[in-house]
Amino acid sequence: MLRQAFAITGLSIRSIPERWAPSLVIVIGLAGVVAVFTALLAMAAGFESTLKATGRHDAAIILRGGSDAELNSAFDRDSTDLIKQEPGIRPGADGKPLASAELMVIAELVRKDDVKSGANVTVRGVEPAAFALRPRLKIIAGRNFTPGVRELIVGRGVLAQFQGANIGQVVRMRGSEWTVVGEFESGDSHESEMWTDINVARSTFGRIGSSSVLAALDEPGGFERLRAAIAAEPRLSMDVLREQDYFSSQTRQFRATIGVLAGVVTVIMGLGAVFAALNSMYAAVAARGKEIATLRALGFGGFPVVVSVMIEALLLALGGAMLGALIAYLLFNNLSVSTLGQNFTQVVFSFKVTPALVVRGLVIALFIGMLGGFLPALRAARLPVTTSLRES
Amino acid sequence: MPEPMVQVHEVTKVYERGRQKIEVLHGLTLDIPKGDFVALMGPSGSGKTTLLNLIGGLDQPTSGEIAVGGKRIDQLGSGQLASWRARNVGFVFQFYNLMPVLSAEANIELPLLLTRLSAAERRRNVAVALEVVGLADRAKHKPRELSGGQEQRVAIARALVSDPQLLVCDEPTGDLDRKTADEILGLLQVLNREHGKTIVIVTHDPKAAEFARRTLHLEKGQLLEQAA
Amino acid sequence: MTRSGFVIANLFRKRVRTILTLLSVIMAFLLFGLLQSVNTVFSSGADFVGATRLFVQARVSFTTPLPVSMVPKLEAIPGVARVAYQQWFGGVWQTNTPLIMFALDPQRYHDVYPEWKMPEAQWQAFEHTRTGLIVGRQLAKQYGWKIGQKIPISSNIWPQKNGSKAWQFDLVGIFDGKDEDWQKRTNLAFIQQDYFDEANQFGIKGRTNFFILKLADGANAEAVSKTVDAMFENSPDETKTQTEKDFNISFVKQIGDIGLIVRWILFAVFFTLLLVVGNTMAQSVRERIPELAVLKTLGFSDGSVLGFVLAEAFALVLAGGLVGLALASLAGAMVEKATGGQFLLKLDVSVWLLGVAAIVLMSLAVGLLPALRARRLRIVDALAGR
Repeated sequence: MLRQAFAITGLSIRSIPERWAPSLVIVIGLAGVVAVFTALLAMAAGFESTLKATGRHDAAIILRGGSDAELNSAFDRDSTDLIKQEPGIRPGADGKPLASAELMVIAELVRKDDVKSGANVTVRGVEPAAFALRPRLKIIAGRNFTPGVRELIVGRGVLAQFQGANIGQVVRMRGSEWTVVGEFESGDSHESEMWTDINVARSTFGRIGSSSVLAALDEPGGFERLRAAIAAEPRLSMDVLREQDYFSSQTRQFRATIGVLAGVVTVIMGLGAVFAALNSMYAAVAARGKEIATLRALGFGGFPVVVSVMIEALLLALGGAMLGALIAYLLFNNLSVSTLGQNFTQVVFSFKVTPALVVRGLVIALFIGMLGGFLPALRAARLPVTTSLRES
Repeated sequence: MPEPMVQVHEVTKVYERGRQKIEVLHGLTLDIPKGDFVALMGPSGSGKTTLLNLIGGLDQPTSGEIAVGGKRIDQLGSGQLASWRARNVGFVFQFYNLMPVLSAEANIELPLLLTRLSAAERRRNVAVALEVVGLADRAKHKPRELSGGQEQRVAIARALVSDPQLLVCDEPTGDLDRKTADEILGLLQVLNREHGKTIVIVTHDPKAAEFARRTLHLEKGQLLEQAA
Repeated sequence: MTRSGFVIANLFRKRVRTILTLLSVIMAFLLFGLLQSVNTVFSSGADFVGATRLFVQARVSFTTPLPVSMVPKLEAIPGVARVAYQQWFGGVWQTNTPLIMFALDPQRYHDVYPEWKMPEAQWQAFEHTRTGLIVGRQLAKQYGWKIGQKIPISSNIWPQKNGSKAWQFDLVGIFDGKDEDWQKRTNLAFIQQDYFDEANQFGIKGRTNFFILKLADGANAEAVSKTVDAMFENSPDETKTQTEKDFNISFVKQIGDIGLIVRWILFAVFFTLLLVVGNTMAQSVRERIPELAVLKTLGFSDGSVLGFVLAEAFALVLAGGLVGLALASLAGAMVEKATGGQFLLKLDVSVWLLGVAAIVLMSLAVGLLPALRARRLRIVDALAGR
């Protein structure tokens, strides 16, 4: 039985070049579906991985209660000092609790590709402890900013998407001039930010407190202790989250939106591809009608014929899927883009065409191929032998 | 004597296949009077189908003159030739060439779409044509529901519906059994004797000679005259 | 029978093939309709908004507050008829449904937005009720709010003086839009700036997010914008002034180039469709060479035969395209209903027009080559099987 199937399949595949036009339809159709699907989800994956990479499990971010995002969070100096003294925070090299108060403000930069409209970028005022709390952050060009001076270091992502923030250039914020003195990389969403000394930021932007406090946790148990202590403190009304959880949750809406878009587009395109595949496979079966009938007359069973048609459909679908994945990879992988984050500032990220994504695309293609091959395969198996021999 | 229906004068036809030039007809001259029923016979490659195509205005001679119904057709442009065909010639082919997607009556109506007749008038003409070929009860059937002979009758009805003077048939009985072939030839004879149609058929069927008024033999692109 | 009857009959030579091709066309245009209307929603920037209003925000970001004390300076600028302002409240209904909600001065807002229609009595009530709240018709319908109700709304930015995030308001008015476009935007809520100033925990008084300038007749929008921005340049409250329409557009632009994404997807879709339908048309003509030759023998000109093939392609794409667009329209309307008007996805005229243009172009693209082949064929060769 199996040998019969393979024999027929070999025959049918060899005749594909004669039927190149309808076969091409399946290949290109599926390439399109898979390319679009892969590209859209690569966008979501890139965004998610950038934000997921941000934030550690053993650090906690403290925000004003109910604020959801750093943008909405603001609390005063006293609260900041109180927080730093709560239990659960790991001591730093100097014996003092390793925590950094940070202030989030917004600046406007001009995009590299669209000179007319500006976009908002996060400016983070930090304390020296901020660097110790983020060991992956490294200055890769220029130098760090000097405390007390209006100087900025900018993330790699900022330089990729915006102009006017290169080392040596001056950025105007709130009527004052700031010099860019260095570039940093961190492998996460902080690369979309510009950093400066928190006190200079406070005085320039007329703020007296902080947006958040980032604290290293004294694990095990540090997170729980910190959370409980802050909850119990009547003078504080704060939300305490693991840094990683906070940033992950920021991707929720984007992922949901892209997920819906990718889902709808893929389903509709997929249906279109199924119809196109059905069309082509029916044509293929018709073209091979005489050959199939002869085989049947010779004694080959119906089942091997079905198998050969299905295999042909699946192979073409697979070919299309790989073509589509390749196109998505070549055109989009590591393409840098930016979009609006939770704080109404830009988050820079890159498309990520991952192996898992490619596999998912292949699975979808195989599914479509199966749907497109099944009915024609049945028809091929059930054609009365005499009709087929006469018709051709 | 009145002008002949078809006048062929010193007609030569040369085909180019790639780099080769094949001369199929050599300076052929022939007259077909009005009301004649001519059978063109000859071996394969004798040029009889080529001659038929030229008389029917499906192709044009390389040199020479052809006039049908007094009108020179060898110099017409392809658009003019098409209009001329619509009004003056009816064709019947060996393989019926009916539109499989249309019913018998719709097939017959097809040539009338080229006229200015109203829908009602068209339907009337179609009905008449169906009566003449004796298929009024099969009007709504599709070709695949008709027998070979019936399909050929529909083809003949279609050829007649614009009331052309000249009927041109290429192997009309080539695909039919003896009995059916005789029926078709008989129908053609009726059209010739009772309706005055000038008919030219190309055929391999020796019995066709009995139904026609005259038989002409072609060999290697030249006429071998023979009296009826 | 007629010529068009003939064309349609020919479409159904191979019924299964035609239906499957038709379905592919429908899917492609369904996607086209949906994606284009998403694109339109994002890029139209409310074209119906006139240029008579300017939005003034802090140059850096609209999230940065500006002092209300700027009002007299703005009013003094020639060309400015009236100044209103609004402050983002960050309203949240029932735990996690965000509302588009602003704190403002009722009188000024009323003067600057004549497009909102509300009985004068309700405007008065809004002005004189400290805790007053007015909402748009869509919002009221969505949550079943009625005038006279006390509506509890939290803010995720501003807690009240007592520390609670929950604010309580009295619904005193429901407004409608002056026409369908404006009615679509009645998903807004407004409260009094004065109450807000008094009751918020931070003691933030006299701050706002935007000023809205209503221009006098004949005033030049660009000139006034430049004047405003020049006035506050180099101050701690630098401004950015643009027309209301540009403001809407720039906001969407920050999300990303939606148009580009849509174009790429549609390019892939239509390229594939071209192949699918083109293949069908080519096959269909190839099978019919003898029949087309017979048509010519009957007296149909070369041009007519070309016409038949093109008409067939057009009929196929037109049928599929119209059905696809109609389905998209239906889907869009369903989405709109399901989300209570939050997602405006209904296909508007521009998308339909674009769709018809796409139908015509695609018909030509898939039909032209086969049609030319049909026109060229020589009767004698075709009938002889060459």
